[in-house]
Amino acid sequence: MRFSGEFPLTLTIAELVQGLAAGQYSSAELVQDVLRRVEAQPGLNAFITVDRDGAEKAARAADAARASGQNAPLLGVPIAHKDIFCTAGVRTTCGSRMLADFISPYDATVVARLNAAGCVPVGKTNMDEFAMGSSNETSFFGPVRNPWDVQRVPGGSSGGSAAAVAARLVPAATGTDTGGSIRQPAALCGITGLKPSYGRVSRYGMIAFASSLDQAGPMAQTAEDCALLLAAMAGFDERDATALTAAVPDYHATLRSSLEGLRIGVVREHFGAGLDAAVGAAMQAALREYERLGAKLVDISLPNSGHALPCYYVLAPAEASSNLARYDGVRYGYRAAEYRDLEDMYKKTRSEGFGPEVKRRIMIGTYALSAGYYDAYYLKAQRLRRLIAQDFGQAFESCDVIAGPTAPSPAFAIGAKSDPVSMYLNDIYTIPVNLAGLPAISLPAGFVEGLPVGLQLIGRYLDEARLLNVAHKFQEATDWHRRAPAGF
Amino acid sequence: MEWETVIGLEVHAQLKTVSKIFSGAPTAYGAPPNTQANVVDIALPGVLPVLNAEAVRMAVRLGLAIGATVHARSVFARKNYFYPDLPKGYQISQYEHPIVERGQLAIMTEAGEKRVGITRAHLEEDAGKSLHEAWEGLTGVDLNRAGTPLLEIVSEPDMRSPAEAVAYLKALHTLVRYLEICDGNMQEGSFRCDANVSIRPLGESRYGMRAELKNINSFRFVERAIDYEVRRQIALVSSGGQVRQETRLYDSARDETRPMRSKEEANDYRYFPDPDLPPLIVAPELLAEVKATMPELPEAKRQRFCEHYGLSAYDAAVLTGSRELADYYEETVRSSAVEPKLAANWVAGEFLARLNSANLDIADAPVSAGALGGLLRRIADGTVSGKTAKDIFEAMWEEGGDADGIIAARGLQQITDDSAIEQIVAEVVAANPKQVAQYRAGEEKVLTFFVGQVMKASRGKANPGKVNAILKRVLAS
Amino acid sequence: MNKEDIEKIAHLARLGMTGQERDTYAEDLSRILGLVSQMNAVATDGVEPMTHPDEAILRLRPDAVSLEADRDRLLALAPDSRDGLYLVPKVIE
Repeated sequence: MRFSGEFPLTLTIAELVQGLAAGQYSSAELVQDVLRRVEAQPGLNAFITVDRDGAEKAARAADAARASGQNAPLLGVPIAHKDIFCTAGVRTTCGSRMLADFISPYDATVVARLNAAGCVPVGKTNMDEFAMGSSNETSFFGPVRNPWDVQRVPGGSSGGSAAAVAARLVPAATGTDTGGSIRQPAALCGITGLKPSYGRVSRYGMIAFASSLDQAGPMAQTAEDCALLLAAMAGFDERDATALTAAVPDYHATLRSSLEGLRIGVVREHFGAGLDAAVGAAMQAALREYERLGAKLVDISLPNSGHALPCYYVLAPAEASSNLARYDGVRYGYRAAEYRDLEDMYKKTRSEGFGPEVKRRIMIGTYALSAGYYDAYYLKAQRLRRLIAQDFGQAFESCDVIAGPTAPSPAFAIGAKSDPVSMYLNDIYTIPVNLAGLPAISLPAGFVEGLPVGLQLIGRYLDEARLLNVAHKFQEATDWHRRAPAGF
Repeated sequence: MEWETVIGLEVHAQLKTVSKIFSGAPTAYGAPPNTQANVVDIALPGVLPVLNAEAVRMAVRLGLAIGATVHARSVFARKNYFYPDLPKGYQISQYEHPIVERGQLAIMTEAGEKRVGITRAHLEEDAGKSLHEAWEGLTGVDLNRAGTPLLEIVSEPDMRSPAEAVAYLKALHTLVRYLEICDGNMQEGSFRCDANVSIRPLGESRYGMRAELKNINSFRFVERAIDYEVRRQIALVSSGGQVRQETRLYDSARDETRPMRSKEEANDYRYFPDPDLPPLIVAPELLAEVKATMPELPEAKRQRFCEHYGLSAYDAAVLTGSRELADYYEETVRSSAVEPKLAANWVAGEFLARLNSANLDIADAPVSAGALGGLLRRIADGTVSGKTAKDIFEAMWEEGGDADGIIAARGLQQITDDSAIEQIVAEVVAANPKQVAQYRAGEEKVLTFFVGQVMKASRGKANPGKVNAILKRVLAS
Repeated sequence: MNKEDIEKIAHLARLGMTGQERDTYAEDLSRILGLVSQMNAVATDGVEPMTHPDEAILRLRPDAVSLEADRDRLLALAPDSRDGLYLVPKVIE
C-alpha cells in the first residue's frame, strides 16, 4: 500500500518505522506531509522555527540510506526539537529575545544521537522562555495554544512539543523537564512524556535552566514510542560529567511484561486539597484499571513533598541566576542598541533580552544566594531537598512504582493565572521527582470536560524500563492515548 | 615603636596540562587571540564542564609534597561576578571544600630553617585577558587563557620579612617545578603571587589590618613591593592613620603600591556548589598511584647531597635549586668520577654563571654533563690547570667539542716534566738578576713575579705547583 | 522585600530596572518569598545539604586536546568584534 498523501493521525513511531521499512511510503513523502501540516497550523504557535530545507534534505538522505541497504532504528522518522536544544545551523532561541537570532555552531548530544538513529528533524518547538513557566505564556514568541481548546494553555515549558504531538503535526518531539516541563504539558495535551533519571540523558547542548534538576526526554503518543526514542537518546556522553556510564537497557524488550504482583504506591498526600475532584476521579479509575491488570495498590506517604514547591523555588532560581549570567551581550546573543558604559551595556542588554518571569527568577535566585540569606534560603532548601528525596527511598521499600495525578487540574485559560505563585502550584506533583532525580512518566488517563488529564508514574532511580512497561500495559488496555483533538 | 611585619602569600600556579581544566581546548601560551577558546571556554549556551583528571593528579602531587591532607571529597563552587573576561559570569573554583589543606614548606632564613604553614591549595579555572590599549573607549577580550587550570596555594601569615617571603616563594617555585606541575614562568604568568601584608607592634599577638598586593610578577618585585608596603603602613600608622583592608596594585615602574579602583564595591560573590559538577572524589587508588610516582623532593635531595657528596649546605642548596640542575650535577659526578666537591664548584660556579649569562635552560646548554665531566677529569689528573680549564670550558661552550680534543689541538697539556720546568726557570732567573738580588735580600714576595714570568714563558702550561717548588729551590741556591 | 533590596539584587544580577518595575518586582518577589518561607515549617537541623541526586558522580576526562577552537566561526556570533577580539565598552580598572 502506497502512502495516501495524508499522514494518518493514528500512526505512532512504532508504526511509522514499520511502514517506512516495508516501503509503504518514503521518508520524503512523510516529511512533506508533516511540513504541510505544521505550516497549516500557525495559529497553534507550536513552532518557533520550521526547517523545511533541512528536513527535506535529511529525509532524502534517509531514503537514500535505506535504498543502499543501510538501516537505523528510527530511519526516516520525523521529529521536532524543543527550542532549548542547540542545533547546528538552525537558530536556537530558548524562547527568548536574548537568543532570538542565535545560531549554534554545534548540535546538542540529544539532537546528534537522534540524528544518528535516523530521525529527520523538522523544526524547533515553542517553549516558555528559558524553560521557566508552566503554561508557555512566557515565550518571547508568544503563547502556544492547546489543540484541545485553543483558548487554553498547553502547559509548559515544553508546550510547543506537547501541542505539536497532540495535534498530530509530528509523531514525536523532544522536551526537557526541570520541575515538570515534560510531564505537565504532556498531561494537559493528552500525550505521553517521559522524564528520565538525572544523568540518563546527556545535558550537553541543552540550554541550562537548573543544572542539578534538568533532564531531557521524549514526548510522543505512546509509551512504546517513548521507549524507542529514549533508547536512542540515552547513554554515556563524554561532554557531560554527570552523564551516566550505565548501559542503556533494551526498553522495548520489557514493554509487555506482566504487571501481576506489581506494587503500585498511591501517595496519600496527592489526593488531598488542591486536586480537582474530577481529575481525582479519573485517577481512581486509572488505578482500578491497574488492579484489573494484576497490580496491588499500596498506600504510601511522602510527608515532605508538600514542601517541594518552596524548596524548588529557591534551588531552581538560584542555579538559574548563575546559569543565565553568561547572557551578557559580549560573545553572542542580544546586545542593547545604546549604552553609556560597560555596566549600562550589561544592564540594558539583560533587562531588554529577558522577559519578566526569567527576571523574577534571576532576582529570587540572586537573593537566595546573597550574603546574609544563603543559609536561610539556599542551604535550608538543600537540606529540605534531601528530606524530600529520602521520602521516596522509604516509599520504594513498599512499592515498585508510584502513581498519581501529573497536574492538579486540566488546562486552564490563557491569561488566567497572572499571579506567579498560583502558576507555580501547577507543578506540585512533578517537582519532588526532579528534586530526587528520579524517572517519571505522564500518560493520558481520561478527560475532564473535554480536556485530557494525565497519570504520573514515578520509578526508582534508573528504572525507566519498568515505568515504560507499566505505562505500556495501561495503554494496551485503554485508548485515551489514541484520542486526538478534532480539527487538526 | 618597633614593628613586626606579617606576610601571607597566595600563589596561583598554572598547571602544566595540555588541555584546559574543564574543556578540551589547548593551553599553549602565546597563540593568536581567541584561537584557543572553544565552545566551552566561551560559555556558549548548553555547554558543560568536564574536569581534567591530570589537573587533579597534579593537585594531589602538591598535597603529598607538602605533607598536607588530600581530601577524599572536595567540591567545586561557582564564584559569581560579571566581567568581560569571565565568560560564564562565574568562575569555577573550590571554596568551602578544597582538595588540599594544612601542609607546610621548609624555607632557609638567616636564623636557619623555618617551616611555613600552607593553609590550603585548591583547583580553579583562570579567566581571559582584557586588553585596554588597542582602541579608544573599547576593551578587547581574549579568552585564550580562560579555563586554564590553576592551583591556588595559600600560605599561613607565617612570614616576618620580605626576605622570608621571597624565600618561601622561591621554595614553592622550586617545588612545583620538581613536581612537574607548573613551568614556573613568571613573565608569562604561570606562577603569580599576591601578598597579604600587615604590621603590628612587636610582641602583639593579634594581626593588624592587611592590604592585599596584586600583580607581583618577579621575585625581586615581591621583595620590593612588600618592602614599600611595610614602610607605607608604618609611616601611616606612625602619623596617626589607620591601615585599610584593601587591594593594592604594585607598580614596578614607580616602585610603589596604590589602591585599585574598587571594581568590587560591595561585591557579593554568591558562592554555591556548582550544580554541573558533583563532588570530586580522590580514591585511595589514585592517591597510591600518585605517591608511587613522586619524585625526590628538594628538601630530601638537599640533605642527600650534603650527606652523600659531602657538600656544604650552601652548595647543596644551589645545586638542588632545580631538578634539572641537580640531575646535571649528579651526571657530571657520575661521568667524571672526580671529587664531588670539584664537580660542585664547577657546576655551581662556571657552568651556572655561563648558563645565566647566556640566558639558557639546562636542556639547551651546549656543554653536556658528560662533556663537563671529561674536562674535570683532566683537572683532576693534572693534565690542565684550573685556569686553563676555564679557557677550555669557554671553547667547549662556544665551539663545541670535548676537552681532550681541545687540549690536543691547542697543545694545552700542562708541563709537568721537572727538567723542562727547570730549564724555563733557569732562563727566567738568568734574565732577571735585579729581582734575584731582591729575593735573596729577603723580599720574598718577588717570588710571585718569577712565577708569573715562568707561567708566561710556558704559555700557562707549566704546572704551577712545580714551578713554585723549583723556583724556590733555584733561587735559594 | 523593599525597593532598596530590589535595587541591590538587580545590580548584583545586572538587570536594569525602572521605578515602576521595581515596585512590581518588590510585590511579586515578596509573594514568592512568602511561598518560600513555608520551608521554615520543616525542621532540617543536622540534615546534610543535597546539591545533586545522590547517584550523580563526577566523571573526569583524560588530559587531551579534544575540541579545537574555530575562532572565526565563534567570533561571528559576537555583537562586536575586531582583530580576533571580543569588544566591549572600555573597562576601567
